[in-house]
Amino acid sequence: MAERTFRDGARAVGPLAVAVVGFGISFGVLARAVGFGWLAPIVMSATTFAGSAQFASVSVLGDGGTVAAAVAAALLLNARYAPIGISVAPYLTGSSWSRFVHAQLVVDESWAIAAEGDGRFSRGVLLGAGVVLYVSWVAGTTVGAIVGQGIGDPATFGLDAAFAALFLGLLVPMARDRRHVAAALLGATIALALTPFAPAGVPIIAASAACLLGLKR
Amino acid sequence: MSQTWLVVGLVGAGTIAIKAIGPVLLGGRPLPEGLASVIELLAPALLGALVAVQTFGNGQALAVDERVFGVAVAAIAIWRKAPLLLVVILATVATAVARALL
Repeated sequence: MAERTFRDGARAVGPLAVAVVGFGISFGVLARAVGFGWLAPIVMSATTFAGSAQFASVSVLGDGGTVAAAVAAALLLNARYAPIGISVAPYLTGSSWSRFVHAQLVVDESWAIAAEGDGRFSRGVLLGAGVVLYVSWVAGTTVGAIVGQGIGDPATFGLDAAFAALFLGLLVPMARDRRHVAAALLGATIALALTPFAPAGVPIIAASAACLLGLKR
Repeated sequence: MSQTWLVVGLVGAGTIAIKAIGPVLLGGRPLPEGLASVIELLAPALLGALVAVQTFGNGQALAVDERVFGVAVAAIAIWRKAPLLLVVILATVATAVARALL
């Protein structure tokens, strides 16, 4: 099979870009509604580029929470990008400046699409998918923040199920042997078991511990 | 106002640093043997967790709602070897229909 390229990544992420634009709009609307103005939500999407963390910090602040609580919520949710970053590190070549910039394009969706299933990642796909998702997220946020009212809740259109469907579609071909299946099931179990008790973000980062099954031969 | 920009600045700087740390420090080199076999299982572990939380998570609670229909339809489509685009569209439509009807 030929090596996958930037274009393959951009194309593969297409269907999801629609959902990302929808959630970008709702993020812009929500942030504006809690008093972020129109510029701050756009700057946040352009710099943070991580949907769930942005929603979390804006909600905390909107509910009257402190700056510290809002920042902590977002950074806990993004803690998973530390191991994710390590997993793609061997494939991000180039100067440290270009690695720094390319690392910012890594989000759950671009990372999952770029996974080759055997622990390797396609740099081209990662960047292609990342650029499309980045543009979609910032564009959606801009529309939402400037228009300031919803085109409707993305959930009405079922877009909230798009992410689970994508992740499942990427996971299944990866589950080729017992170790991969066990890691997936253990990860899901840890995440669900912790969700009612732990702050948002902790269940996902704890689930990454399931990869320690790789220590067993 | 200043609170807003403080949050935007701190979350942005923190996230950029978290994302950059692996690629900047370890970039372009193969991972050590032991780490590589652990990282190989990171994708299935995190994807399993993301599927579970995106399907059943509702803030800090678990919920069974219309998303379950969407994900079930997606599972059938994946089993029937449908392309990923179709899988995502079918899940979205099934969830929207279930939400409109139930």
